[in-house]
Amino acid sequence: MPKLNICKYSSGGIMELKVKRVERVDGVKEAIFLPAIFNGLRLTVKHFWRNLFGARDVVTINYPEEKRHVSPRWRGRHRLTRLENGFLSCVACYMCETVCPSKCIHIEAGEHPDLSVEKYPVVFDIDELRCVFCGLCVEACPKDAIRMDTGVVSMAYTSRQTFDFTRDLLRDSYDPKLHSNPKYEDEDLPKPVKQSEALPNSQGIPAT
Amino acid sequence: MDFLLEIIMTPAILACLKIAVIILLFAMPLGTLLTLMERKWSAMIQDRVGPNRANIGKFTGNGLLHIAADGLKSIFKEDTIPKGANGFLYLIAPFFGLIAAVAIFAIIPIAGPIGNFTFQVTDVNPGLLFIFAITSLNVYGAVLAGTSSNSKFALLGGTRASAQMISYEVFMGLALMGIFMVYGTTRVSGIVNGQNEYWFGNLVPMWGIFTQPLGFILFFTALVAETKRAPFDAPEGESEIVAGYFLEYSGMRWSAFMLAEYVSLVGVAALMTTLFFGGYHVPWLHLWENAPQWIVTILQILKFTFFTVVFCWFQIQLRWTVPKFRFDQTMGLGWKKLLPLSLVNIIVTALVILTLA
Repeated sequence: MPKLNICKYSSGGIMELKVKRVERVDGVKEAIFLPAIFNGLRLTVKHFWRNLFGARDVVTINYPEEKRHVSPRWRGRHRLTRLENGFLSCVACYMCETVCPSKCIHIEAGEHPDLSVEKYPVVFDIDELRCVFCGLCVEACPKDAIRMDTGVVSMAYTSRQTFDFTRDLLRDSYDPKLHSNPKYEDEDLPKPVKQSEALPNSQGIPAT
Repeated sequence: MDFLLEIIMTPAILACLKIAVIILLFAMPLGTLLTLMERKWSAMIQDRVGPNRANIGKFTGNGLLHIAADGLKSIFKEDTIPKGANGFLYLIAPFFGLIAAVAIFAIIPIAGPIGNFTFQVTDVNPGLLFIFAITSLNVYGAVLAGTSSNSKFALLGGTRASAQMISYEVFMGLALMGIFMVYGTTRVSGIVNGQNEYWFGNLVPMWGIFTQPLGFILFFTALVAETKRAPFDAPEGESEIVAGYFLEYSGMRWSAFMLAEYVSLVGVAALMTTLFFGGYHVPWLHLWENAPQWIVTILQILKFTFFTVVFCWFQIQLRWTVPKFRFDQTMGLGWKKLLPLSLVNIIVTALVILTLA
């Protein structure tokens, strides 16, 4: 190992630089290069042989086929949760819209024809291009109606309109297979018999 | 049938056939494969995956289709000539390197002769001197490409290439003097047959690596410098002069430079096998009395191919292991260390031969 000594260089008293000076190693062994080359070759050949049969040290994730494990706490694309009866949990209280630092949430409240539902969002749009994925909307929500646990890491679309996620997209495009946290699984929620019964159409009127 | 055989055995036609077989079935495929293998092997060395995306439907061949993809891409790319370039020289420059790389195979035997038929295009009397002459031609490719491109980076690369290759040619010849002295000939067939002798009864074959260990290291270093690969890749110098002398090239002419590099890599490997690892001779095969000729020939071709591939691999491994020399270090190493060493090697070899004789 080369000997290290720390020297201090002061330049005009303004600033002091700590310089780690590595001493040159001279001698026959260094001058003929071969021992150093063989040491290097030992290392590279070791990696080569280990990876030649079965890619044992390879750390690459083949992206579109394999995906990096996403932590359950990862803030991905939003989704709107549903109640037991299939209606949105959102009560259109405007908490998330108010707290949103990038002003990307747009809510319009409305009366629901079903009297058991007090108030619901007629429009719930999130502009995902403006969203900074801070997660404040999730924390502000009193009803646990908005979550960011879809596990959707990358959103790559070809037009700006595609990034305007409307209420139904936010609700329906949620794929439970993508997110890994059992805590947030929807399995314990009772499932409606038919999806068309459970899901209101874009006007929020339940299909009968 | 006899008539056909007679036509084939005409020396000129036979030579053409041998050239076609050796170049099209050995040198070029191996060189092309190495363009991919360099990337795959370097990926393995660095714990990566390497190219594996080119596909036909679901079939990727673990990256094998990248060869076809690269070839197609280069063919269809525009062949640009920079403004102010010397058009003619610019256009012919890539082929100097390619011709020089391919011409090495003219004198390399890939198997032992069967009767009058030799597995060698021509066994010229000057033998290895032909190699030196041809590798000097290699310089022209780099220099012409560098000077005719009208680009400062390319000019720098061409200057470096000419300086480096001319310096390393000096002791490339001197490093082989030991081999000439030990085997007493410059003919390749003579050198290869000389390596079929044995020391201590039948114990150790008289390969060049055992008779000339220092000459082996010197000659290998010189050849690596001659092919302008790492650690002597200052002429290409990605980190400082972009791509060196072939910076301005595109399309198939750029591919010609690349192919020349890899074919000369195969050529270097074949040369090292021929001169220092017994050529096509399978060691200790003479102990097997009355072995059928066809088995012997197949074993010889396999042995030659195996050593050639191992040397190709070794050069690639070396490239991904050793850091690049600064250009003055390259020249210093060549003139101040390797040249005196090769002279010492000649003197020691001569003294040993004199004492033993």
